[in-house]
Formats: sequence, C-alpha cells, structure tokens
Amino acid sequence: MRRSLLFIPGNNPAMLQNADVFGADGIILDLEDAVTVAEKDAARELVKEYLNTWEFGATEVMVRVNGLSSGWLGDDLDAVLGDKLTAIVYPKADLASLRELDRILSELERRKGLAKRIGVVPIVESATGVVETDAIATFPRVGGILLGGEDFTADMEIVRTREGAELAYPRAKIAIACRAAGIDAIDTPFADVADAAALERDARVAKSLGFGGKAVIHPNQIEIVNRVFAPDVTELRWARRVVAAAADARKKGLGASSLDGKMIDRPVELRAAKILERAAACGLGGPDDEE
Amino acid sequence: MKIGSAGTLESNDALVTVREGVGIKIAIDSIVDAFFHDQIDAAVRGELALLGVTGADVAVADKGALDCTLRARVRAAVKRMEG
Amino acid sequence: MKNDLGRDVPEGFRPFRGADASTTEPHRLIPAKPAVEKTVFSVSLSDVFDRLGIRDGMTLSFHHHLRDGDFVINMVGAECARRGLKDLTFAPSSVFPCHAPLVPLIESGTITGLVTNYMNGPVADAVAAGKLKRIAIMDTHGGRARAIESGDLPIDVAFLAVPRVDRQGNGTGCEGRSACGSLGYAVPDAAYARRVVLVTDEIADAVAKPELDGRFVDIVLEVPSIGDPKGIVSGTTRLTRDPVGLKIARDTATLLLRIGALRDGFSMQTGAGGTSLAVVPYVRRIMVERGLKARFASGGITAQYVEMLESGLVRTLKDVQCFDLDAVRSRRENAAHEGISASEYGNPFFAPAPVVDLLDFVILGATEIDLGFNVNVTTDSLGRIIGGSGGHADTAHGAKTTIVTTNLVKARLPIVMERVTTVTTPGEDVDVIVTERGIAVNPKRPDILARLEGSGLNVVPIAELMAIAHRMTGVPVRPASRGRIVAAVRYRDGTVIDVVRQTGR
Repeated sequence: MRRSLLFIPGNNPAMLQNADVFGADGIILDLEDAVTVAEKDAARELVKEYLNTWEFGATEVMVRVNGLSSGWLGDDLDAVLGDKLTAIVYPKADLASLRELDRILSELERRKGLAKRIGVVPIVESATGVVETDAIATFPRVGGILLGGEDFTADMEIVRTREGAELAYPRAKIAIACRAAGIDAIDTPFADVADAAALERDARVAKSLGFGGKAVIHPNQIEIVNRVFAPDVTELRWARRVVAAAADARKKGLGASSLDGKMIDRPVELRAAKILERAAACGLGGPDDEE
Repeated sequence: MKIGSAGTLESNDALVTVREGVGIKIAIDSIVDAFFHDQIDAAVRGELALLGVTGADVAVADKGALDCTLRARVRAAVKRMEG
Repeated sequence: MKNDLGRDVPEGFRPFRGADASTTEPHRLIPAKPAVEKTVFSVSLSDVFDRLGIRDGMTLSFHHHLRDGDFVINMVGAECARRGLKDLTFAPSSVFPCHAPLVPLIESGTITGLVTNYMNGPVADAVAAGKLKRIAIMDTHGGRARAIESGDLPIDVAFLAVPRVDRQGNGTGCEGRSACGSLGYAVPDAAYARRVVLVTDEIADAVAKPELDGRFVDIVLEVPSIGDPKGIVSGTTRLTRDPVGLKIARDTATLLLRIGALRDGFSMQTGAGGTSLAVVPYVRRIMVERGLKARFASGGITAQYVEMLESGLVRTLKDVQCFDLDAVRSRRENAAHEGISASEYGNPFFAPAPVVDLLDFVILGATEIDLGFNVNVTTDSLGRIIGGSGGHADTAHGAKTTIVTTNLVKARLPIVMERVTTVTTPGEDVDVIVTERGIAVNPKRPDILARLEGSGLNVVPIAELMAIAHRMTGVPVRPASRGRIVAAVRYRDGTVIDVVRQTGR
C-alpha cells in the first residue's frame, strides 16, 4: 500500500534517522531537489550509509535520484542500488530517459549480482511526461507514477493554485493509466504545511479521481493523507467477510471459498488480509470503530 | 595541502575535516564525548581503514551523530580531499 | 546508608521507603503564623532588615511566580551581602538563570544552604560544582508545602513578590503591571513563616480577590519593580513543533482513548511545555469529536487550557501557577479558573486529599528513565542539575495513570537506560512510557497492557525500548559519579530518594 510517501532530504541526518517513525507507508530519500549542488556527493554517501545499516521495518524505502542530464545519475544509482531499495523515483520522466534508466539499471544489477530487479516510480512533471503517461505506465519496471504538480505547472508556464484546477487533466490521465496498467497512482505533494484542512481537501480530490496515495513533504501531513487514502468502511467490511469465508472454508476442509457468488482465490484473500492489516495499523477496525 | 570537509554542526550531524598527514590522528570534539568517545574514534578509524587511508589528520566536531552518519561524513570528506 | 531504591542517603536524613510509606505516619503541623498587630509599610529594604533583625544563619524564603523575570530574590541577596551576613539558607520554590547574582553569595559563604524544587542555570551549576557549603535540598512542589507546615523547613522571613497590594496589606497576583497570576507557591510561606514581607511595585486602594491576607503580613515593601514581565512569561511553555514530538503526542492521545482515560468528566494535567503539552490539542480533538467534557485540568496553566475552559470543554481550572498572560487574564476574570495553594495541589498530607490525588491522568517529561521505570528530571546524564521534580513526583503518585512522553534518543543519548543517574520519581508511580519508537507499560499495570492489545500502537517491554535505542546509538559508557554529595533529592514525604554528587570539571 502506498497511501503516503514522505520526502526526506538526503543530506539531513536528523531527518534520515527519524524517517521511519512517522507512519508513512514509504519514504523517498531525496538526492535531487532537496540537496544543493555542492552537497550532492555528501548526500549520496549519507543515503548510501543509511540504506546499508538502517532497519526500516515495514516502511518502504525509495530514493529520488538526479536526472539523466545532471551527470550525477550514474553515481547516484551505483551508490544506492541494493536489496533494501524498493524503487528508484525518477524526476521529470519521459520515455526517452526511462529507456536509458532501464539500460543503466540492468547493467548495474548485473554487475552487482542483485537478486531482484529494482522498480521505478517516474515523476510525471512535464507536458511531455503527461503526453507519454499511457506508455510510461506500461513501461517495464514501472510500479507507480508520481505526479509532480510544481514542475508540471512550471513547464506549462501556468499558475500553480491551491485548489489545483489546473491539475485536473494530468491527475485524471495518470489515475486512469495507472488503473489500466495495475500500478499505483500517487498524487503531488501539498505545499502549505500549516493548512491541514486544505491538505485534506486536496487529498480527497485526488482520491475521488482514483489516486491511491499522495506524496508528502512534512511528517505532519502523514496522518491526514493516510486517513484519506485508508480503506473505507465498505472495503473493510468486504475484507472481513473474505477473511472469514476463507477461514471457514479451510476449517471445513474445502479447497476453495466463495463470497457473493465469486470465488475467493489466494490473491484476493491476501489482499483482504492486507487491507485488514493496514486498517489495524491505521488504528481502524478496533472496538472504538464499531458502528 | 590537501584538505576535505563534509557535514554540518546541526544536531545529530558531525563536521569532519580531513587533512593529509602521517599516520592516523583523530581529534574529537563531541557533545557526547563522555559517553561515546571511543565509539566515535572507532567509527572514524574504521572508515579510514576501509578507504585505504593510512595518513590523515582528522578533526571531528560532533553534535551527536550516529555511527552511520560519521562514516558517511568521513567518506565524503576523504573523497573531497582526494579531489 | 541506602534507601529502598538502593540509593545513598546522607547523614541526618531519613531514607525513602516507598511512595506510600508516609501515609501511615502522623503528620505534625507547626503552629500557623499568628495575625500581626499592624502591617507596616516601608520603601527601604534596609529598613525591613533592621526591623526584622535579619541576621546570620536565618532561613529566607521566596516563591517563583515571576520565573526568569524575578528581581526580588537578587534584591534580598544583595542586601544580605551588603550587610556581610553569613550562613543564610535561601529557600526559593524555584531558581532560574536570572538568579545568577546569587552565585558570588554562595561562593563567599553568605548563602550556605539552599532549599528549592527546581533549579536551572548558573546557581544550579554552582551547586553541582560543589560551591554550596551545605547539602542543597530539592523538594517536590507538594513536598515543600509539607516541609513548611511540618517544620522541616522553618522559615524566618518570607519575602513574597506580589504584583499588587492594598493599604491593608492584602495581596494579589492577578493585577498590576507585573501580574503573574496564581500565587499558589507563596501560600504556605505566608501561613507559616515567622515573619512575612510582601514586596510589591504597586500599592492600590483596593484589591479585588486577594490571595494573601494582610492580617498576617508584617511588612509591605514597595520597590520600583518586582520583575520583568517579559521574563515572567519566558519561553518554557511552547508546544513542541518537532514532528517526532508531535507523533509521540498523537500516540499518547490515542493511548489515553484506548485505556478509557477519556470519559466524560475526566481530570487531567500535563507538563508545562514541549511534548507533554503538545498532547493537549490531540486530546481536545477527541473531546470535541466525542462530546466529552473534563471535570478539571490542574497544575501550571497555559493558554491552551484557558481556551478549553472558555469553550466549555473543561469545567474548572485548578491553577497553582500561571505560565502566560492569557492564564493570568483568565485567572483574574473567570471564577471557574480557581487558584490553589501548593499544599492543596500536592502536599501528601493535605486533607482530605491534594488535587493530584484526583487526577485521572498526568503527562510528564523525563531526562532519563530506567528499566525499573524510575524517572529523572533533576539532572542530565552528566549529573549536572538541570531541573528538579517540581510537581513531577506529586502528580505521578496521585494520578490514576502516569504517562511519560519523551524522544527515545536525544542527540545520540538514549533516554532509557539501566539505572538513572538521579531518581526524582520512583518507578512504582510511573505507568507508561511513550516514545516515537515504542511504548512501554509498567508490568504493575496489566490492565493497561490488556487494553492496548490490537490498538496498532507498538507496545514493547522497556528493556526492548532500551535495546532499540542501543541498536541506533551504540551502548553509551555511563560515567560513574564519585564526587561528594552536593544535593539531597527529597521525596514528597521528606525522605531522601536520591542524591546528586559533585560533577568534576
């Protein structure tokens, strides 16, 4: 589940060592926009060291690398690629750069003898990126797409507003493409850290379009985002019934179980179990929440 | 004279400065010296050894950095020194 | 001699034998101060000293309601030094950095004894460095009231800063340009000191709701200024904005809900700032969502509590100390914002029971916690005095549930350790520790453990919290303290729960 992804500046030890405490589903260790040019090398060493030594528990760990044109991409990937990392977050993505990224990653994976292929979460934050969204969503390695509202509006030379009407089309396009490709759609961060009500509104707009989560830039935003994108009551009820039906079938020694006329196969059962687990982690599904 | 420095004086960080030298000399100024002096020294020493550095004067201004931060700062400082 | 926690007890002091040991003992009370014939008004401190015959060896007491903006203690100290007085005991209820001018008096032997509930800054450093000739005594807020009433702390002259006094000598903290609100810590002094001096910078014809009764005031001394209002509300009481602290605060509110502590009519107290105060907005949100109202909130009162009182979420505030101007205003204007004395607040012998005994829960801080749940708020891990119990040990004992909120690690130093440097509050009174990486419940509270199952909160044994910290930071070397005893930490019943030893420099 990727309801909330917290950006953590890669050159900040105090934040790196607390990154996993805030209950974000995933953290994005940032080597790109959060790090000044003069500190790119130091940030790289810090993130590399944390990846090698830290126990991140249930939190997913990703790294936003610098883009192809920066000249730092190769060093970034060489430093951070390893088994702890679940995805590379690639900025200002388009098909051309993704192809090159895929080539570099395959080479590095081979050279390092890595067990699994690392995923990529491209950030669609340009006009070209939006145009190529359908192809990006089905590109190999791509497990999700993150919308970058600030850079998108800058590329479009339009105004970035609080209510976000200008993002309606890219949001819809990304959400639909991701649904069709079976990958995660993650909404753009909300910049005003002090305005919780506006954050919630913005998150609900994204959810209503089909996004499964939202990037956040401050730990205080996580609670609201997790809540908005948490399994809702309908999902919870469904998940409980699935798990109960599956357990019942096992007790009776039956091979398969069904619910409402539909068979419950293993992935469905696992998904239901995950929903209950995540709900519990959100503090939902307990005695206080019984209606 | 070749010199490299990395890190900051923010809480939980360390500012590590490495100069070329003869043998390994480490000067530690840490807010948690009474509790972690030997550990800080070992982390710095260990990282220098991993990097194959046999001659360096290292100054560590430490604000409670964890070992992984110290190692990363030493590595970045050495690479900056080597240019 | 060792006490029940295995800690040293200096000669001539009684050892701590458990938090409830005193309840079976008879409580003796010295006679209360009799009324004076006539309250004298003076404008000269020297005149006051002459009239009262202040001499070597006396005990002078003060309150700390003017916090880091106080002028009175230094003023009195300077006069003592000017007269070449020696061997005085100063008993201010707290000492702040602004009291640095007392350090030369300590070094010169003008002041050789100190009794206080909290100290921070140059005076605390001087005591820790061994400059005070006699062992300092650190009481709790409730324990100081007990000590005064029982004669353990006999006061010759109480110099009480009072923002406004009327022509009969009645005093209030709620009015005047140096208004500081409730004078809770001044009340025991005013009732039991041999002589009482009100030091004020405003004499008025009348005072609306006097807290100090002029019939027991020997002298009113008028001075140009009793304190700096900016210093009075100085920085201690900000809610933390650190995201880690806020996570801890949020989890604490969730925990309170799970254990059933937030029911209609509950009572609460939190620490004066930082993470513990940050719990309040999260509790408030739960209260609004569920239509809950609190019976009372107590302790040091801040704007957050005033807001809850004024919105009808809390029925009464029981205020022993105002921490900001909003609290002062509310105390002055709102009858539901009551003032309580230090004795009513936390004296274990207050009849029928002190306010702390009525608390459903209290949220406190810590500099160190050990595997026995003992808490240190007196020294840092180097043994330097950075605070003191204040109301910590009092509320921890009285409240049904005591929760300590703290970062697990502060600048590489684990807060959870094998054995705290100094015990301020005994582990038997501490129920839950909430950190950002886990929550530990005292094994004495299986009821809390049971209610937290399935809550989604990460509940672990306290040894595991320490292990988690050590995996991050490495295992710190704990320097042993070897110096002579410089302070005795007195539990609220007058027994010594621990000592502070001189820190070598």
